[in-house]
Amino acid sequence: MKEPFEHVVAAHGATVLRVCRAVVGPHDADDAWSETFLSALRAYPDLPDDANVEAWLVTIAHHRAVDVLRRAARAPLPVGDLPERPADDQPLDRDLWTAVAALPDRQRRSLAYHHLGGLPYAEVAALIGGTAQAARRAAADGVAALRRTYGTQRTDRTADGPQRPRAAEGAQRPHTSDGRRHACRTSEGSTP
Amino acid sequence: MTDLNPLAALHRAGGERHDLDRLRARLVVRAGETDLLDVAYRTVDSPLGPLLVAATPRGVVRLAFAVQDHGAVLRDLAARVSPRVLAAPRPLDAVARELEEYFAGRRRTFDVPLDLQLVHGFRRSVVERLPDIAYGTTASYAAVAAAAGSARAVRAVGTACALNPVPLLVPCHRVVRSDGTPGRYAGGEAAKRTLLALERDVHGGPA
Repeated sequence: MKEPFEHVVAAHGATVLRVCRAVVGPHDADDAWSETFLSALRAYPDLPDDANVEAWLVTIAHHRAVDVLRRAARAPLPVGDLPERPADDQPLDRDLWTAVAALPDRQRRSLAYHHLGGLPYAEVAALIGGTAQAARRAAADGVAALRRTYGTQRTDRTADGPQRPRAAEGAQRPHTSDGRRHACRTSEGSTP
Repeated sequence: MTDLNPLAALHRAGGERHDLDRLRARLVVRAGETDLLDVAYRTVDSPLGPLLVAATPRGVVRLAFAVQDHGAVLRDLAARVSPRVLAAPRPLDAVARELEEYFAGRRRTFDVPLDLQLVHGFRRSVVERLPDIAYGTTASYAAVAAAAGSARAVRAVGTACALNPVPLLVPCHRVVRSDGTPGRYAGGEAAKRTLLALERDVHGGPA
């Protein structure tokens, strides 16, 4: 017997949003999330009752993310023209998205599908090609690369300290917002 | 205290309630536009507590009192109508307004379309006759059985009323025991007394 789809959205909406943000960047994540849940809603009545719903959603998110990026014909934008955030929301961690978007495609996807989406490496490999071992290695390389780039760029704790003034610290940062955006646009070209 | 763990940061970056609420609202709109919103539901506050109302594109398919366990009712709808069930207030605005008017004593009959797909056979013919019992009046289970064409099916009428998928909208609360006592009700006997008292007061009050 199947849960009402509302419960699926409530239980897995946040996980799918994390995966979408990591794979396509926060700029296109909303579209990828919407397309994922709309596809899932369409197919839901035919999903076997004993299926792993979260793994199923992450698989759909993979396909919709491919569509979204193909439509835009480019690599993920890490920040893009995001709408203004309400005051009670966490500020966007630009360093994080810049670092994620700079990862080679396979590393970013392996990391997102396994560490954020909970897919076993064998299922990650089924989505991105190659072996489970290769997917494991790509995810580990991705995490290591993030620890290097994200760690070195961060000078404060944005994600934990809402509304903390950052202007002064921003001046010491290696990238201006233009430079950051440009750097991320080139990430697709680094994959074979 | 700088947290440089990128995985922890990525985990934190997906669960903002504000973003998810906005995305869910957008999903509901898209689902409606693409004919994928098989069952929309919302709750409506009432003097009898929160009421769950659910509708298919054809009409209101279910109304449930809190004592009936809204979670169980939604799972039942997923199993019997479609698992494409989403919280979506908009399609239920009309019935919410009519219920509000009813409880305020400003409405005696409901105009929203109903989807009676959850009732079949004899129970269906009983449910279809219940709106004939006028606001502010009552009928006995025996009288309803006779009207439904089976005078001896008093017990079956009781079952049909108890399992009425759209109480209030189809007024099973107006069916009472032959001795005049209210009898059982999906929303509880007290709720049935409250409804009958409301209708009696409005009906008997100044024109």
